[in-house]
Amino acid sequence: MKELCSLTLSEAREKLVNREIGAEELTQAHLERIAAVDPKLNSYVLVTPERALSDARESEKRLAAGGAAVRPLEGCPIALKDIFVTKGIRSTAASKILHNFIPPYEGTPSKKLAEAGSVLLGKLNMDEFAMGSSNENSAFGPCRNPWDTERTPGGSSGGSAAAVAAGLCLASLGTDTGGSIRQPASLCGVVGLRPTYGRVSRYGVIAFASSLDQVGPFARTVTDAAHVLKAIAGHDERDSTSVDAPVPDYPALLHGELKGRRIGVPKEYFVEGLDPEVEGSVRRCIAAMEKEGAEIVEISLPHTEYAIACYYIIAPSEASSNLARYDGVRYGLREYGEGGLEQMYVASRSQGFGAEVKRRIMLGTYCLSAGYYDAYYLKAQKVRTLIAQDFRRAFEKVDVIATPTTPTTAFKIGEKTDDPLQMYLSDIYTVPTNLGMICGISLPCGADSKGLPIGLQFLGRPFGEAELLDIAYGYEQTLGFRGKPVI
Amino acid sequence: MNEKLSQDDVRKVARLARLSFTESELEKYASHLNGILAYMDKLNELNTDGVEPTSHSVSMDTLFREDVPAPSLSREEGLKNAPERREGFVKVPRILDEH
Repeated sequence: MKELCSLTLSEAREKLVNREIGAEELTQAHLERIAAVDPKLNSYVLVTPERALSDARESEKRLAAGGAAVRPLEGCPIALKDIFVTKGIRSTAASKILHNFIPPYEGTPSKKLAEAGSVLLGKLNMDEFAMGSSNENSAFGPCRNPWDTERTPGGSSGGSAAAVAAGLCLASLGTDTGGSIRQPASLCGVVGLRPTYGRVSRYGVIAFASSLDQVGPFARTVTDAAHVLKAIAGHDERDSTSVDAPVPDYPALLHGELKGRRIGVPKEYFVEGLDPEVEGSVRRCIAAMEKEGAEIVEISLPHTEYAIACYYIIAPSEASSNLARYDGVRYGLREYGEGGLEQMYVASRSQGFGAEVKRRIMLGTYCLSAGYYDAYYLKAQKVRTLIAQDFRRAFEKVDVIATPTTPTTAFKIGEKTDDPLQMYLSDIYTVPTNLGMICGISLPCGADSKGLPIGLQFLGRPFGEAELLDIAYGYEQTLGFRGKPVI
Repeated sequence: MNEKLSQDDVRKVARLARLSFTESELEKYASHLNGILAYMDKLNELNTDGVEPTSHSVSMDTLFREDVPAPSLSREEGLKNAPERREGFVKVPRILDEH
């Protein structure tokens, strides 16, 4: 039989339901693999074996009962980016300022996954407060890429991508504010889906930039991602930005027909800075889809080049406001400084936040400060409207847009840490999605000459996840790349 | 290069953000922030007269729910993460002078 930790979620579920394997056995296999492999990767910041085995035993009972007792993700071991608040389980956002935070409540996405019958293996590494593109800004140290441990897995959900790629969980959750699901998915050769803003509740998700943050799955196949999305999507009265729209049965809607699909290729995404190997691979994929009967349409998204500047005003501004709550008073790190209350705030924040988080708080504070608001934040919000308009016009002509996910494959640890702007520019193909309030998915489409995975990105209409997944599925079934890292 | 922020400006922003930096950190942050802000000037190439700013990510009216009491955290649970507590409250350093 195929090794337990290399099963896809769908395969594992089928074997569990048919009683070919047991939930405890599957969970135990994952815990053992984490113990053996993760010291090389550092993808987990906390493993929760007791919780995992207790979840697995509960699943076992329901599987034994069979029929209606069996839930959609029954017995499937999963893990969560440490940005998800989990009741009674330390939740840190990879920040020293939350090093001891044991939440008294459960957030909605993790609650829904648990209610779907999944087994929680633990919490995954990330860039502190989701700020970063390489998982190097973590209080727990960097996470490494399973394809080459000298390289970063991308970020900010680096642990979520690395763990799925290395067979340390069947699926995981991450968050994507400017590309933090799709970029690491691309660099680690897995599927990463960023749903539309409003599709998944963010209750109990530690906030970074509230007009951009969204929750989504990592998995090894499009079908698996569809199953996880179905489990977590939907309205939640505890998040007023979650939209009250019906949740389609995503896995049931996967047909994979590429014929007649109109696929837009934006010329602004194939410009200087794009690695020729990445470009070659993505163009070959697009040509192959045309052979399968898709209609390829060249389109223009003229404001693409302004997206990074726009994003790095809006996101830090919102972050500076969201992170004002960390003051050492009610929870998290407290340092006393020179005695007074104000000094306590300053000392707690200065010692609790890492360098990149402080840089973004500073940038955001400046952009929102008196006299600069119009020049930066307001200007950026206007440019955001233009970027959203570009997408709206494009979707009048095409069903999805196909692009590279990232300009290069995985880069080396330390390669970009001294130059924040260079690091920011690695988000160039993912950031516009979030500003434009659409959805996107990255899936593996090949490898470069170093053997590192290349990601193909599809972008879809607002709340067009079903169509987006279906086209990605069509690509995956006929042309998909199926390499796996050896670790 | 046209420096937007002097080290003094950076110090002022740090004060607003309740952060403190050493002199060498201030220098580094000033240099990084100036580099990033210079890049942001790219937005001024665009004429945005008459463009509505995006203010909501999803178009919706303010949502209301019925004002019905529901269970919430107990005081004990709410205080569990407090760094210092006394008699059911969070304790912080003295704010007011004694006189």
